[in-house]
Order: sequence, then C-alpha cells, then structure tokens
Amino acid sequence: MSTQTSSVTVPLPAVKAVRRSFSSPLGSLFVVVVTVLWTLPTFGLLATSLRHQQDVADSGWWNVFTHPELVLSNYHTVLFEGGFGVSGGLMPYLVNSLAISVPATVFPLVLASMAAYALAWVRFRGSDTLFFVIFALQVVPLQMALIPLLQLFSGGAHLGSFTVLPSFDLAGTYLPVWLAHTMFALPLAIFLLHNFISQLPRDLMEAAVVDGASHFRIFRSIVLPLCAPALASFAIFQFLWVWNDLLVALTFAGGTPDVAPMTVRLAQLSGSFGGRWELLTAGAFLSIIIPLIVFFSLQRYFVRGLLAGSVKG
Amino acid sequence: MKILKSVRLRNRLLVAPAVLGLALTAACSNSSSSDGHQGATATLTGDCAKYQPYAGHAGTKVTMFASILSPESDSLQKSWSDFSTCTGIKISYEGSNDFESQLPVRVAGGNAPDLAIIPQPGLLAQMVKTGKVVKPPAQTVDNENKWSPVWKTYGSVNGTFYAAPMSANMKSLVWYSPKAFQQAGYQVPKTWADLMALSDKIAKAGGSKPWCGGISSGTATGWPATDWLEEVVLGGQGGDVYDKWVNHTVKFSDPPISAAMHTVADWMQNPAWVNAGIGDVKSIATTTFQDAGAPILTNKCWMLQQASFYEAQWPKTTKVAPDGDVFAFQLPAVNPAVANPVEGGGEFVAAFSSRPEVQAVQNYLSTADWASSRIKVATGWVSANQGVDKSLYTDPIDQLSAAALTDPAATFRFDASDMMPAAVGAGQEWKSLTAWFAEGQSIQRVAADIDAAWPQ
Repeated sequence: MSTQTSSVTVPLPAVKAVRRSFSSPLGSLFVVVVTVLWTLPTFGLLATSLRHQQDVADSGWWNVFTHPELVLSNYHTVLFEGGFGVSGGLMPYLVNSLAISVPATVFPLVLASMAAYALAWVRFRGSDTLFFVIFALQVVPLQMALIPLLQLFSGGAHLGSFTVLPSFDLAGTYLPVWLAHTMFALPLAIFLLHNFISQLPRDLMEAAVVDGASHFRIFRSIVLPLCAPALASFAIFQFLWVWNDLLVALTFAGGTPDVAPMTVRLAQLSGSFGGRWELLTAGAFLSIIIPLIVFFSLQRYFVRGLLAGSVKG
Repeated sequence: MKILKSVRLRNRLLVAPAVLGLALTAACSNSSSSDGHQGATATLTGDCAKYQPYAGHAGTKVTMFASILSPESDSLQKSWSDFSTCTGIKISYEGSNDFESQLPVRVAGGNAPDLAIIPQPGLLAQMVKTGKVVKPPAQTVDNENKWSPVWKTYGSVNGTFYAAPMSANMKSLVWYSPKAFQQAGYQVPKTWADLMALSDKIAKAGGSKPWCGGISSGTATGWPATDWLEEVVLGGQGGDVYDKWVNHTVKFSDPPISAAMHTVADWMQNPAWVNAGIGDVKSIATTTFQDAGAPILTNKCWMLQQASFYEAQWPKTTKVAPDGDVFAFQLPAVNPAVANPVEGGGEFVAAFSSRPEVQAVQNYLSTADWASSRIKVATGWVSANQGVDKSLYTDPIDQLSAAALTDPAATFRFDASDMMPAAVGAGQEWKSLTAWFAEGQSIQRVAADIDAAWPQ
C-alpha cells in the first residue's frame, strides 16, 4: 500500500508546472471562461426543458432571460405520460437502463481484472503474444461486428453441418446487450488494468508466494485492493459509455419497453416528425442524473486512476 | 480498502438479481411458446364474431417494427386492440426513428421482426433481395385488389407482389390561410398559371412575400425540396416521364428534368417570392420543415407547399378548415394536359415469417375493416383502399386527401426519392438540392452530381 500511495502523491515536475500555470490569475480566468462555455449548452438544455412547447418552437432558449415563463409540465409529461398517453412514462426505461448498465460494467471489470492479473503475473508460454493480440483487438470497430454478433446470437455458429454453438433464443432479453458490451469493453479494460497491475512491486508478489498464497489468494488480497483506483476509473468509463449507448441497445435489445434503455426512448420522444423538442430536452436532462451520481461518487478515483494507469504504463 | 470491500459487496448483490432476471425471462419465453399450441379454433361470439377468420391463434405473439412513433403509433395500437383481445394474438409493436438503418441490420443478423411497416418501395426491394421476405397469403392478395392497381406495383418487386399498402398520404398540397385570402379577396387558384399569377400579385402588392418554405430536417435535410421537384416533374411531364425518371432512363440532366428544375427555381427560388416571414432564398435551407409554416399564422406568409401530415405541426388551437385559420388546396398541374396529378407516400406491410398468426395479422391489416377502425381512432390518417367508407373521415384535410388518393382518374405516383436507390433518393439528391438552395449551385452542376451518384 505504502509504495503505491507514495508513487502517486510525489508530484512530477510536469505536474507541478501545470499546477502553477493553472493557479495564475490569467490561467484562472481561462479556466473560468472555458467552464462557462462548456456549461452553456447544458444550461440551454435545462432552459428549453422548462419552456412551453409553443415558446420552444418560436424562439431560442436565451429568451428565458427576457420572458421567464417556466413550467414543469414537460417533466410531468415525460415522467408520467411517456410523451403522448403511453402509460408508465420514462420509469420502465430507467429501470432497463440500470439493468443494462450495471451488469455491463461489472462483467468486463471482473473478467478484465482477472485476465490482466494472469497476463501480468502468471508465467505461461505465449502470454505476451496473447496480450498483444488482445491489445490489437481494440482496432476492430464496433459497427463492423454488429451483424456477425447478431447472427451468432440468433442463429448460433455452424461449421458446415457441425454446430459449434447452438442458437440461444435470446431475443427480447438483456443478455445479448450485456454480452455485446462486455465483449467490446474487454480489450481496453484488459490493456488498462494490465498496465496498472504489471507495475505493482514484484516484492509483494514474491512475499505472498513465500507465504504460500495461491494465485487466486494473491489476486484477491493484494492485487484487487491495490488497483481500486484503476478499477473505479474504468468503472466510470464503462458505465458512462453503456449508459449513453444507443447503437448496441437498439440493435441487440430493440425498442420495446421490456428491454429498451433510456437512450432508445429519448430518440423516440421527439415524435415521428421530430417536433417535440421540449420533451426531448426534459428527457435528456433526466437521463443525466444517474451518470452524475456515479461520476461524483467515484470522481476522486477517476483522475488518480487515469494518471496511475497512463503515467506509469 | 474499505471502499473496495463495499464495491465487492455491491457486485455480489447485483449479480443475484441479474441471474434471477435471466431465469425469469427464460421461464417467460418457454411458457409463451407452449401456449401457442393450445389454441384449437375457438368460435368467437358477440362483438368478436367479425374476427372469426383470424381465430385459432390465441396466446401467440407477433412482433412488428416500424418507423412510426408516438402519437401516431398510439393510434395504430388502439386500432387493433379489439382484434388482439378477441383473437388472443398479441402484437408487440416497436417504433424507431432509426428504422431505415436498423431493419437491414436486423434482417441480416437473423433477428428480423415478423412484420415490418416499410415506407419506401426502395427499402422493400432491398429487403426482398435478401430473400427473407415472405410472400403474403392469398387473402391479403385478394384484399389488395380493393386498392387502385398502381399501389400493387409499389408493393411489388420485379413483378412479384410482396407487401400490401397500409396507409397513404398526400403530398401535393398547398397550405394557406382561408381567412387571410378572404380578407385580401384572393381566390384559391385552380391552375398553375393562376397560382403563378396570384404569387406575382401578392409580391407586387407589397407587404409580404407569397411563399414560405423550409427543407432542414436533421440528417434528412433536403427532402421537402425533392417533393417540390417531384410535383413539378409529375404535373409538368406526366406519369410516363416520372416513371422513367425513377428508374433512371430519364436522367436528372436530361431536358425534361432540367426544365422542371427551372420551374422550381422560378417558383421557390424567386427572391421576390420567398422566404416570407423568415428571410431570403438561402434561409429555406436553414429553416426546419416543421417551422416553415409558422409565418402563415402571423399573416407574414401566404402559402406553403407541404404534405398532408403537416397538419400535425399546427398548434392545437389552430382551426384547420375551409373557413378556418389554415387549410390546404391541391397543387395544380404545371401542364394542364396531365390529369389530376397526385404525389403521395405510404407504408407497406412486409412479412418475414409465415407463421399462421403472422399471416392472420397481415390479412387483417389489409382489410377495409381495419382501415375503418384506424380512421375512427384519430384524424390525420388516410387509406387509399377504395373499400373504405369515405364518410368516416371527419377531418377536412383527410377528406381532401382521401378524395384525391382514391380518384380513379388521378395520375397518382409514389414519392420518387423513396423509390430511387437510397444512395440517390436518401443521399445525393438531398445533399445537392440543399446545396442548390443554400449555395446557389447551378442546375447543371446539381443534376450532374445527382446523376453521378446513381449506382451502376
């Protein structure tokens, strides 16, 4: 533990220089301006979501400053009427989003941390090649794998007449979405965590082996606690990615209220002719809440974990 | 360390519901598939008696995928709720505004819906090419004969009939304000020459320009401009040239289409005539089609060419009627020799499964009974099925559209950009026509660019 904290807390010269330049008055002004500029669209979103349908169609959101007529009816419509008299509103989709995002974050985290440990500390023939191949898999674009994966899930895999994988009847369940997200997350997760885990001091591992610890024991008692910041930062990454994903969810889960997440519902909210902006903005604002909670609760690990993974690796 | 423990604990807690959820869904799918075999043909009585031909599939589920979203999709679901209750066939409807890109992915991935409501004959042809589209049952083919024959060709690919039409919409409409027309003493024009004369008169009277328009529509920006061109081609050159244009035997750069583009330029790119209440000619490219008609309500614009579904864009308080705040008249033919040109669009029901319950739904959706049921739910929906009782339409725009769409003497043609290959009809044509309005590109260049994009 001590080695890890010391390596993180000792500031590098570059970090010092950056910190100094940010604390100068000019730097502070720059940061404030950038922050305001970056927050402006989100503020516009909030303002639009609080305006009447007619106002939204007629004039830009900045008119709230001159005509501050704000209403909560858009939120009421989105939450309880589902837009146009569909019962349930956003709630089923919110539950779906959680049911998709949480396992799709946990699965790759568990698998990748184990794989990263094995690739870093378990000596076996070809481990470097294997690591390189996994690393290289990152270049496969998600969009290219959509149709083959869908075929695999719906029809199984066959070599001639020989069935390699039977067809699992997964349509309309969360499982294809979980599997797809896990698959697409693994290469980056293994790469990030491998960099972190391989930098742990060798002495710790050797001491544990001398004490008679098995690999699983080392992984559980030494590696996992030490790489908590890396795990947390990857968890934030993955959670936000899955939460914001529309393409994978639309392809593998479809748009029925049984499985579709918030993003799919948001895309439908504006209606066939894209006219209901006020509902879209209200829905979008509601969908920000949970990622914000996740981010702020894990935030202190975020920067630390990123720095630890990249600077050291 | 402490944090990590709680994270680990949380993981454990989360895996449990996940596994449970899996088990539950597995159980559900089993039960529904076994139910399907129980249904011996039951006799339906009372209000359900009329659904007897579709009985015998209780407990089954049919999945349907379409581009229609709420509130239109709510009306659809209401229209078949009696059918579902009586026959026990559950229709699981899914609407997506990524329908055009998702359907090919799902079909190629072996995850096709049972039924898809396809709005573009071009996409239907693409789906038929995959070999996954199932031919409709005999009864659907029979019902289809109630439509005017031209619709059958739009639901057919290479002469084989695949998908029955479901709804129809009318594109050849001009929205205007009857109140403003009455006050100014203007008459609804009956011919193209009258329309041009009226536009000139309004422009010369000063005050406001005659026409407003908007072609911005997200990633589909440009489509309203394709409608303007299509209407002028159909009304100026007739159905034959229009058909040849669709299959590219007449090119965009050929004289008939160039002439039509010049007519459009004289009309919607005339600086003295557009863009009323919004800006100059270029502002047409940046105005969304939804907002284009707003100046009519404030008397800053006199006319807007837009389809029947534009009715949904007026605020709820607007009275849409021949004596109301807004109404529409049919766009007259550019060439009086062309008999009643009507450009329209519609949706086609294609099946990817031949299960009996899927065919039952397919049969039901092709009947005039279902169309009547849909008309009764809400306005803003028209069927071109000649068997539908026209007195059911309560909305004046629906009545106007239905009359034009079922007129046996009309020169009806489907939206050309929906029939052309997607690379042109949903790609280069949108882009080039937008550049035509936004950048003032020459007609020769626009036509050459679109022709070059046509797949060989």
